[in-house]
Amino acid sequence: MSYGPMHRKEDARFIRGRGNYTDDVRLPGMLYGAVLRSPHAHARVVSIDTSAAEALPKVKAVITGQTLAGLGLAWMPTLSQDTQAVLATDKVRFQGQEVAFVVAEDAYSARDALELIDVEYEPLDAVIDARKALDENAPVIRDDLEGRANNHIFDWDAGDRARTDALFEQADVTVAQDMLYPRVHPAPLETCGAVADFDKVTGKLTIWCPTQAPHAHRTLYAMVAGLPEHKIRVISPDIGGGFGGKVGIYPGYVCAIVGSIVTGRPVKWMEDRSENLMSTAFARDYHMHGEIAATRDGKIQAIRVKVLADHGAFNGTAQPTKFPAGFFHVFSGSYDIEAAHCEVTGVYTNKAPGGVAYACSFRVTEAVYLVERMVDVLAAELNMDPADLRMRNLLKPEQFPYHSPTGWEYDSGDYPRALRLAMDMIGYDKLRAEQADKRARGELMGIGVSFFTEAVGAGPRKHMDILGLGMADGAELRVHPTGKAVLRVSCQSQGQGHETTFAQIVGQELGIPADDVEVVHGDTDQTPFGLGTYGSRSTPVSGAATAIVARKVRDRAKIVAAAMLEAAPDDLEWADGKWSVVGDPATGKSMAEIALAAHSNLELPEGVEGHLDAVTVYNPPNLTYPFGAYICVVDLDPGTGQVKVRRFVAVDDCGVRINPMIVEGQIHGGLADGVGMALMQVMAFDEDGNHLGASFMDYLLPTSMECPSWELGETVTPSPTHPIGAKGVGESATVGSPAAVVNAVIDALGPYGVRHADMPLTPANVWRVINGDPFRTDLAIP
Amino acid sequence: MRITVTVNGQPHTREVEPRLLLVHFLRDELSLTGTHWGCDTSNCGVCTVQLDGVPVKSCTVLAVMADGHEVTTVEGLERDGELDAVQKGFVECHGLQCGFCTPGMLLTARALLDRVPDPDEGQIREAISGQLCRCTGYENIVRSIRWAAEASQKVAESEARQ
Repeated sequence: MSYGPMHRKEDARFIRGRGNYTDDVRLPGMLYGAVLRSPHAHARVVSIDTSAAEALPKVKAVITGQTLAGLGLAWMPTLSQDTQAVLATDKVRFQGQEVAFVVAEDAYSARDALELIDVEYEPLDAVIDARKALDENAPVIRDDLEGRANNHIFDWDAGDRARTDALFEQADVTVAQDMLYPRVHPAPLETCGAVADFDKVTGKLTIWCPTQAPHAHRTLYAMVAGLPEHKIRVISPDIGGGFGGKVGIYPGYVCAIVGSIVTGRPVKWMEDRSENLMSTAFARDYHMHGEIAATRDGKIQAIRVKVLADHGAFNGTAQPTKFPAGFFHVFSGSYDIEAAHCEVTGVYTNKAPGGVAYACSFRVTEAVYLVERMVDVLAAELNMDPADLRMRNLLKPEQFPYHSPTGWEYDSGDYPRALRLAMDMIGYDKLRAEQADKRARGELMGIGVSFFTEAVGAGPRKHMDILGLGMADGAELRVHPTGKAVLRVSCQSQGQGHETTFAQIVGQELGIPADDVEVVHGDTDQTPFGLGTYGSRSTPVSGAATAIVARKVRDRAKIVAAAMLEAAPDDLEWADGKWSVVGDPATGKSMAEIALAAHSNLELPEGVEGHLDAVTVYNPPNLTYPFGAYICVVDLDPGTGQVKVRRFVAVDDCGVRINPMIVEGQIHGGLADGVGMALMQVMAFDEDGNHLGASFMDYLLPTSMECPSWELGETVTPSPTHPIGAKGVGESATVGSPAAVVNAVIDALGPYGVRHADMPLTPANVWRVINGDPFRTDLAIP
Repeated sequence: MRITVTVNGQPHTREVEPRLLLVHFLRDELSLTGTHWGCDTSNCGVCTVQLDGVPVKSCTVLAVMADGHEVTTVEGLERDGELDAVQKGFVECHGLQCGFCTPGMLLTARALLDRVPDPDEGQIREAISGQLCRCTGYENIVRSIRWAAEASQKVAESEARQ
């Protein structure tokens, strides 16, 4: 068995400082780029004078939107079939938008040159509050799009409106709540950047860049720049965290490529932290109105939601084409609900583009937050315990596969078992008793429950694509004559430990040690095509491809083993990691023995080619549906509004766990995200569109002091569709935890009659809520 | 300006601009890319190195300020082919994922253990509180440093017995 805790292969380089991140790439003759950005949220570009910058001795090129327009590259397609300015030509549409690009001999000189570029702007009114984007007199942001007379992007709906509305009309009880899932940013510690190297002689373009989807990038570069795809090589080296923010192509990448083509030398561009926070993909920014209809005794019957989605200045969300709101329509959650309906309206605002980033599983995060907050609002209305109310409504194990009212087929689950385990682990009844005692003394503590169902591992390719590229992923496995193997996969780790877990899968399937398997990823010249790592899809898709390609190798090995044993293949069995004659384990041939024979002069049956290598493409038949039950305990100081997370129990069911150590690490990280989003993180703007979270002094991330010691539990319900029963786990905790923390805080505020307050629940916000005066967390404090 | 900085025991003399940051001196002049850059505002701590044994954020130290001083980077933790206990601890307890914060965390951990050989969880959390990790939720970093403390004590005890 190769599954189980195993130290990570990748650690050896990281603990020695021998990782190779994009900024560590250094090429002979390399130049350095820097981006000039807009100080305005919305302004007409009147003129750009680059002459003083160009006169600096160390400056090699200054590129503007006009330069790019001459090459047909001033605009590029986004992942949502919109267009985005690479460098502004007509207007700037958010603060921090790319305006010019300098290439110089060193990074400091490139920055110096930015100071010398003179841009004349004519400021325009900005649209900052998404709720005013569709006002009749709102300035039109995208006047570059022909015939566009307003800021409307799309209307989309899912579920059965008539049936849902009918249930609401007849319901005993209905509750409604407005809530904002504010704009946040994944803020990986490594910012974005690229090293581009165009070789004029061979015509080959090589780009090092921390991309979660190297193959998609290659194809898009080919489409955008008109370069032949076989002459493009994308290398995604070690990535210092991605979380969804490194899926798309950013203007700086295109500028680095153009810079290399123009100067004939390699060009490195690395953004700084402010650039990262101001211009790369944000997440969330959903204004939601949720409603639940239920019986008096707490049976939830229907749920409906209206969403106003702030997509920023360019619709750059990374999600399957069919679903402009991602998988938000999984919002009926983990409950047995008769009918559900959602409608989502997307609008442009003068903020950075993006929308699906930050470990959200294509907006399952927003969906889970919505339903889990609404269930607590209902519990308050019915005066029921929120855990009891959930238990009453959770799907039962016998209901799987479950067809949800918005069209999903949940694969497997035992939800009540997970919730019971979480309640037992935390000592739920005792905590409620403690809370009652404390309330009697005027002290505030809160207990927050959330239950989530994730939807991860996209495709199937028939239903899911990005810009027409179907979400299926390849794997290629070679077994060398001595039985050592090399696996090549299309997904790309940003810290998830693929080099270890994927080797474990191969080891498990072939009966060889995981240490004998090298995993190659992140280089389009060396790996098969696939859409990459996001939406928790590595294990569900590439992990499945890995198991299947290994089984193909094993099947080929069977034929070779049969020839070695002079037996018929049908007389062999796979036992203890060897092929042996049925009932005679002594005849067993190991993969190493078979591999050597497969490369030897052993006579093989007619038509069998020899060697053991195999390739496959995995097109998932369905998504996988990890789930979990989370309970958070907080203490709240009513004098300061300070919230302290005292305990957090997380029970996760992600199906079969390949490397439990890595799985738990993934969960820990996601739980910290939940604390951060619930209590600290927000990208707010003032009325002119000035970004108020453009550094780590303003955009607060959780440290070791805000995080409790996480308490994890597990149940295992294998996925019936995945070849090894795994479901994926990368984003589960980020999806499930914010609601648990917020529910705990609102529970603590029960004595004040508070039913809802928006994230982040900073001390100032909590204090204002206590005093009956909450504020919009995404706008400047009035 | 001409400066001499001793890095991982080796003196290095270079002509540098006064504005050059220590993090860039280490990375660009000495090719020690284990020290990372992350935020410019001393908040994230991925650039943490030891200056005369004290953890500092090298993005807010000028290279010229290190003139005549000793700097230890992650590349200097391994001695004679033997990993430092904190390096071993991070592997044992899965104290890293993407690896970007790891060098800084290791140097802070080393400095903590030099000062407090047997820290409790609270002391460890406080020691690393000026550094961010976006992957681990800190749990396994705390465990890794505890592991290193215990492993070092075992070594010290067995040496004392001999």
